[in-house]
Amino acid sequence: MFRNTYDSDNTVFSPQGRLHQVEYALEAVKQGSAAVGLRSKTHSVLLALKRSTGELASYQQKMFRIDDHVGIAIAGLTSDARVLSNFMRQQAMSSKMVFNRPVPVNRLVSAIADKAQVNTQEYGRRPYGVGFLVIGQDTTGPHLYEFSPSGNSYEYYAMSIGARSQSAKTYLEKHYQSFEDASVEDLIRHGLHALRETLQQDKELTTNNTSIGLVGPASVHEKAVPPTGSFRILEGEAIQPFLDSMIAKEGPAAAQAGVPPATAATTVQPAEAAAGAAGDEDVQMTG
Amino acid sequence: MPDMVSLAQPQQRQFNPYADNGGTILAIAGADFTVIAGDTRQSEGYSIQTRYAPKVFRLTDRAVLAVNGFAADGNMFVKKVRQRLEWYRHAHAKDMPLRAIARLIQTMLYARRFFPFYVYNILGGIEEDGSGAVYSFDPVGSYEREACRAAGAAQSLVQPFLDNQIYFKNQVPAPGMAHPVHLPLSTVLSLVIDSFTSATERHIEVGDGLEMYVVLAKGSTAIQSLSTVRGIQEMTVTEDGERVFVIRRELKKD
Amino acid sequence: MDHFPTNWGRPRNDAYDPYGTYPIAHRPNNGPKDAFADAVQRTQQPIVTGTSVLAIKYKDGIMMAADNLASYGSLARFKDIQRLQPVGAHTVIGAGGDMSDFQYIQLMLDELIIDEFSAQDGHTLGPAEVHEYLAQVMYARRSKMNPLWNSILVGGVKDGKRFLAYVDLLGTTYSASTLATGYGAYIAQPLLRTAVEGKEDILTEEEAYKILEQSMRVLYYRDARTIDKYQVATVTEKGVYISESRRLDTNWSFAEGIRGYGAQTQ
Repeated sequence: MFRNTYDSDNTVFSPQGRLHQVEYALEAVKQGSAAVGLRSKTHSVLLALKRSTGELASYQQKMFRIDDHVGIAIAGLTSDARVLSNFMRQQAMSSKMVFNRPVPVNRLVSAIADKAQVNTQEYGRRPYGVGFLVIGQDTTGPHLYEFSPSGNSYEYYAMSIGARSQSAKTYLEKHYQSFEDASVEDLIRHGLHALRETLQQDKELTTNNTSIGLVGPASVHEKAVPPTGSFRILEGEAIQPFLDSMIAKEGPAAAQAGVPPATAATTVQPAEAAAGAAGDEDVQMTG
Repeated sequence: MPDMVSLAQPQQRQFNPYADNGGTILAIAGADFTVIAGDTRQSEGYSIQTRYAPKVFRLTDRAVLAVNGFAADGNMFVKKVRQRLEWYRHAHAKDMPLRAIARLIQTMLYARRFFPFYVYNILGGIEEDGSGAVYSFDPVGSYEREACRAAGAAQSLVQPFLDNQIYFKNQVPAPGMAHPVHLPLSTVLSLVIDSFTSATERHIEVGDGLEMYVVLAKGSTAIQSLSTVRGIQEMTVTEDGERVFVIRRELKKD
Repeated sequence: MDHFPTNWGRPRNDAYDPYGTYPIAHRPNNGPKDAFADAVQRTQQPIVTGTSVLAIKYKDGIMMAADNLASYGSLARFKDIQRLQPVGAHTVIGAGGDMSDFQYIQLMLDELIIDEFSAQDGHTLGPAEVHEYLAQVMYARRSKMNPLWNSILVGGVKDGKRFLAYVDLLGTTYSASTLATGYGAYIAQPLLRTAVEGKEDILTEEEAYKILEQSMRVLYYRDARTIDKYQVATVTEKGVYISESRRLDTNWSFAEGIRGYGAQTQ
């Protein structure tokens, strides 16, 4: 019935000091299609691969607008994502109502992380089966955060979540040093390249299966973006110019060579977040 | 026990949760545009609290709301309407249509039937069919669509003027002629400015500044008469749709 | 002697017994008549009160003034009360009206600032946020028919922007380059507008101080609920500074020349 002892109750530690249910929840994130996030000095962007259940079905929504200045990309259970994104929208609105100020992005992420943590500790609950990449801009500039069902949240220069996201991470690790000063077009191109790494063989990024979300001033391919550079989601024809900007992949042999040893489980992080990353070991899945 | 009888009625000093902050608002619908205007004076009694407190608010690219009465209720009401519009945007990924906003406002006002928002609302903008529209409300939600409406301190001064100039009440057309159904934007703007300068002359609670919002339907030709307007400012957020402009003018400050 | 303070300092009114001939408890019909009213007692009127607060914008920021008196009806009860209070690093508030309600507001804002500080994430509340928060609190309380009986000025500077606004027990808000609460709205506001309007970006700190001092002096001459001891708060990009109490220089020698009114003119 259970894959392991200590599986039935998420509030009970295994003798190895693990919470199995939490780790299974992290697996649920890996079942979802990939999402990639990148940040420069001026922009944060999200890119996500949309899945459809078949030729006759529409593609699953992967990105949600939270407020004018915040948006998310999800991997995992869409229904859990809707609950959490609604909560984020409420937080954003209450900040506008009470202080007439856009909610600081880090506080929004901390708020959902705290909610997720409660689910790892209270009897009779289950963890959320979804992970987020959150982008936004506030008085401290553009940001990119990862949120996961374990209740962790970290800030990143670049990050990916979801199925085969390790390949995207590998790409990002190789190029992240150029992101800081990159133009938004370059940032999106890097994002598309990283997202491409997560594709199954014989699949490619199209205007149908790709979503781009971003905050920051308008790119050369966009029209009618308000001067505040608020969060917007690009889909369909609007992303064709970005897909066109991609550089064709080299042969399979060359791609193989680009993959570094599998030690890089943790991805690039800003210096200030690095200290917290060491503690991340506790919830890392082996393998 | 002389005089003690008077204590049988203890002095009741009940807290009054309302105030009247003066000012006047006005909206006129054209064929493919709407003008929504308000003065910017906020007062209580004989005191001018500030010479610039906006009463007219852009809600979406096709809806503008003017609120008049008790300023604290008005500001709160606008905030709450905006929240509801934001939730609509989240759910439907588009702006709420004008007639839906009108019905929403009725529901929100009537929900407070027994502790009303002391606010007279005028909603103006463009309907889904591209026509200019004005909706006016009483504080508890009664509303109707009209071609023009004035509300607030100088309603009794301005509305008769509009009845005469917009609806042509008490005017007889020349033989063989008919009154126009819709007036051009330039005429409407002149009427609005005249309404407010006149109200400023005769009403102490009106004056200081005038804000006129102009909402144009998609592809409206009225845009041409706006190009020459001094100090006009565009407030539109999305393109290829309706457009919103604001025009500011000084009014007498005495 | 009437020990019921709300009967003090009111205009003469023959409708009630000014000398408290009967002890309060024995007065006929003393107490609320509304059957529902005795369940909850709410602020029906201010008790210990502060009078006007004045504030103006000037070149480098905003300046605010209030005297040190908290009155108990017509009694000058507390003569060393501070009615100006810093809120965080960019904001000052000044309150007129009920002083116990003001202390409650101070407590609330202190808690708010501590929470904001504890986040340690580089975000701080500026005067605009503090004002919006206060407005929401005041409006919520008036909507419960249980107001915080104050008129409050909120001023400050953050990110190079000056901010000055008003909020009161009804939740009414407004913003202007000169503001005054209470009697100050009638007596000082016209003086402030004449001195400041159009000169907000020119006035120096010294000039701004002179304007406020003169207005406080006029208020002291004309408002019976003032004393000649007051403080001035300045907020600039550098932060909040609230002065020590200062004494107004006043001149009453003209009183010698007053020969009386009406028939008594010699």
